[in-house]
Amino acid sequence: MKPFSGTSLTDHAVSTGEALVSFWHVKAHYHWDTGMAIGTYLAGLKQGKILGIHCSGCRRTLVPPRAFCELCFRPLDDWVGLEDTGKINTYSISYVNWDATRRQTPEVPAVIEIDGASPGMGILHLLGEVGDTLEEITGRLKLGMPVQAVWKPAEEREGAITDIRYFRPIVGEVSNLPLLSP
Amino acid sequence: MGYKNKVAVLGAGLTKFMRRALETPKELCFEAAKVALEDAGLTIDDIDCVVSVSAPDAFDGVHRKGEYLADGAGAWGKPYMRTYVGGGSGVFSLITGWYHIASGHFDTCLVVAEEKMSPAMPHPQGAFNAIYDQFTERPLGVNLLWIFALEMNRYMQSYGIPMETFARVAQKNKRNGLDHPSAQPGIAGDFSIEDIMASEVMAWPVQRLMVSPVSDGAGAIVLASDHFARRLSRPPIWIEGVGWNLDTSYWTNRDLYYPRYVEKAARMAYEMAGIADPRRDIHVVEPYDPFAYKELHHLEGLLLADKGQAPRLLEQGFWDRDTQSGIPATPSGGLLGVGNPIAAAGMMKLAEIYWQLQGQAGPRQVRREIRRGLAQAWGDLMQVGTVVIMGK
Repeated sequence: MKPFSGTSLTDHAVSTGEALVSFWHVKAHYHWDTGMAIGTYLAGLKQGKILGIHCSGCRRTLVPPRAFCELCFRPLDDWVGLEDTGKINTYSISYVNWDATRRQTPEVPAVIEIDGASPGMGILHLLGEVGDTLEEITGRLKLGMPVQAVWKPAEEREGAITDIRYFRPIVGEVSNLPLLSP
Repeated sequence: MGYKNKVAVLGAGLTKFMRRALETPKELCFEAAKVALEDAGLTIDDIDCVVSVSAPDAFDGVHRKGEYLADGAGAWGKPYMRTYVGGGSGVFSLITGWYHIASGHFDTCLVVAEEKMSPAMPHPQGAFNAIYDQFTERPLGVNLLWIFALEMNRYMQSYGIPMETFARVAQKNKRNGLDHPSAQPGIAGDFSIEDIMASEVMAWPVQRLMVSPVSDGAGAIVLASDHFARRLSRPPIWIEGVGWNLDTSYWTNRDLYYPRYVEKAARMAYEMAGIADPRRDIHVVEPYDPFAYKELHHLEGLLLADKGQAPRLLEQGFWDRDTQSGIPATPSGGLLGVGNPIAAAGMMKLAEIYWQLQGQAGPRQVRREIRRGLAQAWGDLMQVGTVVIMGK
C-alpha cells in the first residue's frame, strides 16, 4: 500500500503566518417560537411547576412534554402536574466549557427522572450543593439518589429551563441503582 | 428481497488524518477519491454516480457542503447525493451507495467521506452544541462531552465496570493505530494503563486518553454491480448486509446503558446477510469508538457480546487483533488510535474491513481466518446506528 497523502499543519505555522489562513466571523442570531408543548412547559416553570403530558395510548406520562406521542403517533393534550423532585439517572463532572477551555470548579450535569412522570422519564439539568472536587462529588452522589429542584425566586423567573437553578440531593435520603445482572 | 444487483466493493483510499490539514475539503476529497479509483483500477469515466458525506456544515462555515465538495468528489456532471446522519454518516455513505446500485439504476458508484473539523474557532466543540434542544437543554450551558459522559456513567454504573477496563480499550486501539498509515501524529502510541488512567479528567468519567481527537481527513470507496465487478481480475468483496436505525431525540427518556438503535440496525443487516449467529459468522469487527466505553457499548448492541459482557471478553483478549478464537475489534486502531475526522472515520472503518477481507491490511492483518466483517458507526444525539457487513 502506498503512503497516503495529506499535509499536516502545526499551530506554530498558523499562528506565525507561515501558513496562510483566511478568517470569517459569523453574525447569526435566532429567536425560536416555543411551540405548543414546550411553550406550556416553560410557562409552568415560570409558575414554579414542572408539567408533564399523559398519553392514553401507551399510558406514559412524558417529560419534557410534547404535542404528540412519538410511539403512538397521536396528539397529546392531557397535562399533568409533576413533582419538583426526582432521582439521579446519571451524572457527569465536567471541567470543560463550551469552547473546550477548562474550568477549575466543575459543573455537574445530570439526567434526572422526575417524580410523577413514568419511570425513566428524565430531563437534563445541573446538580448543585454536591461538593467542589471530583472525590467529594463521586463520593457523595449515587445513581438513584433523590434530588429536589432549587428554584429562582418567583420575580426572577422568565419562563426558561434555567428558572430551576439546579437540583440538590434531598438530605437524609439515600438510594442506589441496583446493578444490572448481565 | 428482490434487489436488482448484488453490490461489490472494488477499492478504497484514505488521506492521512491530521489535527489541521493544509488541504481544503475539496482537495482532501480529491486525494481520497483518486487513491480509491486507482485501487479499483478504474478512472472517473467508469463512475456512474457519486455519493458524499460530511458532518455539520458549521465545522467548515460552508453552507450546502454537499455541492461545495462535489467537484473534489468527482461528481461533476453525474447524479450526485450527499447524505448525513451525524457521526453515523461515514458508514451510512456506503449504504447510500449500496442502494444506488442495488436498485439496478447504476453499475458503479464512487462514495466519498470528508471532514475538516479544524476551521471552527475557537474550537470545533462549539459547533456541536447546537445538537442539543434549544429550549430545554442549551440554556444550561451544554458542551458535547456531557452527553457521552452521562451515557458512560450510566453504562459503567449499571454493570459496575472498573475504569481500568475502559483504559484497556484505549490502550488496545492506540497500539493498533501505530500500524495504520493514516494515523494522526500523537494519537496512536504504546500507552500504559497508568498513563491512560492518569490523563486529564475532561468530563468525568471521560478522560483525555479515552476520547478521540479533533481531525481533518477523507476517505473513499468504489462500489460496483456484480456483473461489472465480475469483469475485473481481482475477486471482489461483497456487501452482504446493511442496516440503519434511529432512536428518539428525547435522549433523556432512554436508558443510556444500552444502544437499542445499534441492535436494531445490526438485526436488519444480519437478516439481510442471512446471519443467525453473529458471534459465529462475524469474524472481524470495526465498532465505532469515539470514546473508549463506546467500543464495548457498541459490541453489545451488535449482539457480539451479551449485555454487560463485552468488558469481560476484553479482559480475556477476545477483541485483540491477534486473537485466534475471538473476534478482533478495531484492528485499524479506530477513532482512538487513528483519528476522528467524523465522516471520514466511518469510511476508514469500512476500508479496514475491506482490506482485512482482501488480506491487504499489512501489519494490521488479523491472525484468524476471516470470511466476513462488520463496520458500524453511530451519531446524532446518540441515536443513530449504521451497520455494513462485507464478505468474500
